Order: sequence, then C-alpha cells, then structure tokens
Amino acid sequence: MALEKITQVSGQGVYVPGSDIDTDRIIPARFMKCVTFDGLGEYLFYDVRYNEDGSKKGHPLDEPRFSAASILLSGENFGCGSSREHAPQALNRFGIKAVIAQSFAEIFFGNCTTLGMPCAIASSDDIKTLAAAIDADPGLEITIDVENSQINYGDGQSIAASIPNTASDALISGRWDPIAELIEGADKTAATMTTAGY
Amino acid sequence: MSQTAQSLYEKVWNAHTVRTLSNGQTQLLIGTHLIHEVTSPQAFGMLRDLNLKVKYPERTFATVDHIVPTDNQQMPFADPLAEAMIKELDNNAKEFGITYFDLPSGKQGVVHVVGPEEGITQPGTTIACGDSHTATHGAFGAIAFGIGTTQVRDVLATQTMAMEKMKVRRINVDGDLPVGVYAKDVILHIIKLLGAKGGIGYAYEYGGSVIDAFSMEERMTVCNMSIEGGARCGYVNPDEKTFAYLKGRPYSPQDNDWDTAVERWQSFASDADCQYDDVINIKAEDIAPSVTWGISPDQGVFINECVPDPTDAESDAQKVSIEDALEYMKLEAGTPVKGIPVNVAFIGSCTNGRLSDFQEAAKFLKGHHVAEGVKAIAVPGSQIVAKQCEDEGLHLIFEEAGFQWRKAGCSMCLAMNPDKLQGDQLCASSSNRNFKGRQGSITGRTILMSPVMVAAAAVAGEIADAREVFSMNAN
Repeated sequence: MALEKITQVSGQGVYVPGSDIDTDRIIPARFMKCVTFDGLGEYLFYDVRYNEDGSKKGHPLDEPRFSAASILLSGENFGCGSSREHAPQALNRFGIKAVIAQSFAEIFFGNCTTLGMPCAIASSDDIKTLAAAIDADPGLEITIDVENSQINYGDGQSIAASIPNTASDALISGRWDPIAELIEGADKTAATMTTAGY
Repeated sequence: MSQTAQSLYEKVWNAHTVRTLSNGQTQLLIGTHLIHEVTSPQAFGMLRDLNLKVKYPERTFATVDHIVPTDNQQMPFADPLAEAMIKELDNNAKEFGITYFDLPSGKQGVVHVVGPEEGITQPGTTIACGDSHTATHGAFGAIAFGIGTTQVRDVLATQTMAMEKMKVRRINVDGDLPVGVYAKDVILHIIKLLGAKGGIGYAYEYGGSVIDAFSMEERMTVCNMSIEGGARCGYVNPDEKTFAYLKGRPYSPQDNDWDTAVERWQSFASDADCQYDDVINIKAEDIAPSVTWGISPDQGVFINECVPDPTDAESDAQKVSIEDALEYMKLEAGTPVKGIPVNVAFIGSCTNGRLSDFQEAAKFLKGHHVAEGVKAIAVPGSQIVAKQCEDEGLHLIFEEAGFQWRKAGCSMCLAMNPDKLQGDQLCASSSNRNFKGRQGSITGRTILMSPVMVAAAAVAGEIADAREVFSMNAN
C-alpha cells in the first residue's frame, strides 16, 4: 500500500472566518445517516450555506471567485466538537485538500492527517494577511510546504506554518495512513495485551 | 519526591504502549473498543476493501443509539436511512463476531451509558470509540477518547492506533458545593473558565474533595464534557466508589479474580507526588447553577448573570464571536438569562441520562407541572436506566408533571432521530452541545444546564433558577 508522499499542497484559497467552527457546522448530523462517505461533499457547511428554502446565503464557498479553491483558511479551534470523520471526508470530497487555521481540535486534526490532508497552524495575523491577499486575488496560488513548515504565495511571499512533527513526518514519508505499520506490530500488540492484563 | 511518581495517564499510557512508529507516534493498545451505528459502517467497509478481519472481536462491543427513535421503536423504522444503518450494524456485528447490545437485548442504550453499566468500562484500561464523548469512561480511571472512522478501522483490524502522548492538567475542585449546584454546573464552570479550546493537547485529571464526594454517575457527567473544553480525555482516579460500582456487573471480574483486579486497578491511580503539566484550583463555593447563552459550550454564565455585551469584549475576535452567538440565539446583549422563554425541555443524553439524573429531577418535579406550550421529554440513557426509573415509579412523576417518558437513545442531543427542534425553538437541555443547528433545526437554539435546571425551566416556561422554582434554599 504505497501512499503518496505529501511534501506540499498547492492550490487557491478560501477564507471561512470564525473561531470554534465545529464539526456539526462542517457536516450537520442529519447528513450522517449513511453507510458510506460518498456524496458528503455536497453537504459541506450546508446549514451556513443554504437557507431553509434551499436558496444560498452567500457563504465564501459559494462565491464564484473562490470556486476553484482547495485550501481552506479559518480561525481558532477549527473542527471542534464531534469526532465525526464525516467532517474531513466532506471537506475532502468537496475538493478541499488542506486547511490552514490558528489551531485545530485534536480529533479533527488526526482524522485529516490520516486522510492525507495537511492541517497547518499559522498565526492570526498571518492568516489575515493571507486572507487579504486571497480577497485581492482569488486566483492566487498558495503552497503549503509541509517539509519546510511554511506557506508560500504570490511573488515569493511566505508565512510561517507549523505542523506537528509526527504529522508532517507521516505526510512526507507517505505513511499518513498508518494501517500497514500497525499491522506489522501484531506480535508486539499481542505481547502488550498480555502484560496489560487483557 | 520519588523520581518514578506518575499520573494515572502516564501509567496507563506506558502499560498500553506497543512500540514507537516511524513518524514518532506511539502504537497504542486499545483495551476496549466501543462502536455504534453512525461511525462504524464505513470502517467495516474499509476492512472489507482491505480484506482484513477484526483481530480481537471479543474486545469490541456494539450498541445502537444515535438514530433510534425514542417513541415508536417498531422495526422497520419509519426512516429508511435509520433502518439501513441499524441493519448494517446488525450485519457487521454478526459477520465479525462482535457482541451487540441491540434493541431486543434489554441492554441497548447510549454507548457511554452501556459500557459502565455492563462493567465493560474498567480502571487502568484504554477505551476508544468513534464518538467524542468517550471521555465519559474516564470517570472510572480509564484513558478513554473519541476517534475517527479510519481509526475505528485501525482498532478493529489491529486493536491499536497511532497516537501521541498528551500533557496532563490536574483540575482540583475543593470545598462544599452550594445547594442546587450539580456535577453539570461544575463542568460547565470549568469549560467557561478554561475555554472550549483550553484543553487542546491535554488530558484532564479531575480531583479534589468535590470530585471525591461525587458518585460515579456525577463523575461521568464531569468527564463526559471534557471534549467541550477541548480535552480529548478526562478522568478521575479510581477509588472505593469505582470498585463498588463495578462489583457484580456482567463484565466485571468475578469471584477470585475480583480482589486481584481491585489491587491492580488501585495501582493505576496517580501517585500523590506526581508532577502535572498544569494545575487549576477551583473553589466549590464559587460555583452557581450554570447555563450557556451562546453557540459554544464555553459561552456560559451563572443563572443570576446576564448575556454578555460585545462592547465589553477583550478582543476583536471575541467581539465577533459574541455578536455571532447573540444573533443566532436571538438574544439582546446584556439580557438576564433568567426569563428567556423556553419552548422545549430535554432531560437525557450521555451527559445526564442516568438513574440519578432522573431521580434528582423527579424529586423536585413532583407536584409541579410543565408550563403551557412547553414540550418536555425525558429520555433514559439506556434500557436498563429506563427499567430502573420505571421500577421506582419515576416515569409516573415525569408523566404527571407533563413530560413525555421516552425509550432509550441519544434523542434530542444531536437530532439524528425524530426528536428535533422545529424552527427557532429554544430548548433547555441537559445535553452537551449548543452548536448552531445541533438539535436538528438550522435555527434551533440550545441552552445547556443540569437536569434539575431543565425541570425548573420546563415548569417556569423560561430559563429559571431551580433554587427558586423548587424553593430549594429552604432545605
């Protein structure tokens, strides 16, 4: 199971401002009545994108100028709340390949990494600077350089990004889905099971 | 101070460490795996795609909770999607040989109520479940946390997952809680103090005289909402109460194994002189009945306080958050929370859906009636809780007071079943999340509080101080 080595992710950006954006908001619970993740993309941020009559509210994701965006920017504690992997799956299936935020909720962060979606942490000021640059030029190419912990954009501009070492290592080495390595540890697992008293 | 002094977290972590993975994460043994119908079907699908089996089927336990209707549970369910999900779990449990507490078993319920009830939840173990409220099980001195579906696959296939060690924050709550202040108020207060993201990177260890005095059910209420404070897990050191609770339960060690197990469980408790990464001290006397007013669980106040004014915000970001919350909640800045009209009252959930929650609410509800126009529902956390309540006649007290007495399930906590708010109804709720749209209507509003405060709101028809509604101070 050779996985892609994710050293960088490039694309256009879209800024979804706000703190504590929870996974219920990213994918409302009623759309989790499913036994596969297929088709979740269309329900991404559904209740903040659509009115009850189905008309659009004017969410950044629906602005035509951001329609090609694949890197989402947000605020603090992004992905908090429910552990539902449906949230990163919905982002992924919508076309989002990476997220930049001030901080991430842990379960969400882990879920994204396991899907090969880098979550980069940047400062509030840097995110605002980048968001302003995107606003001025939605076609702006942004690159999250996972190897060098920075985000590059425009004419050689960059901001600092941090991705915890374990996550960046997993992405860079193509081991972001750990299943193969976990299976390799089967004998040691059995031994630990005994010593741990199970 | 001995150099080897360790917290329970460190001891459990070390005992469950299989090895270090190439990226530096730990391959951690998951002693007990709990699954439900919402976050497991895709994991089984992944297993099939990879041609993998469930490695230790005896270490995974299943139940159905999120999608079950709490009124009519006649199969097939009216909702074909719900029916498909329950069928899928049924098939997966059969195919992979997993114990499944299904509806006919008499043991079905919210997964975080069922685990402790069956004695599956034990001290010194690691417990994972595709559900963020898995921290509930930490009340027994387990390291318990929520995981995503791909990790559910990992645990099914290997009984392990890749994880990083957390820091440990000790939260002491000492003193005497005032009358009318419950475990729910304690955890809402902690979340308000430390913030919804305050716990990122931490395991919370709850202690102090208040936590020591709490029953196991109260400890579960506290640990349950660790995630609302950003902490992936929260726990209480095991003690005599823990052991007394577990004694004689179906999956608890029996007979000659019991004493050995207790001795072993005791050894996991944090050493008295262990070092924590952070320590917070809270005085019980400073806590009052608490409610949320906004759309994040840390947006809370005491019942005698007012919703905040954005002009008092400490930062632009906070100002925006307050404005957003007030707009969604349709509340004016500076309004007293007491007196906000309530349309729905909900007692239940993995936070507050256990016997003692219903006993306490019923004690005060007796002789009162739900205000006109308020829909009130009481939903036991499990079939066993339902039976315990019904054996005590509590259901009659609820019904006489104008509550609907329902069957076990997650119900209105998250609206994946027919129990939902309509339009912009405002719900006084004993659940754990007040996010936008959480209770099933995109404009629905949630105010979190203790079950007794929900009972008071139901009776008053507005957010109310249970101490006044039920004349508690006279006690």
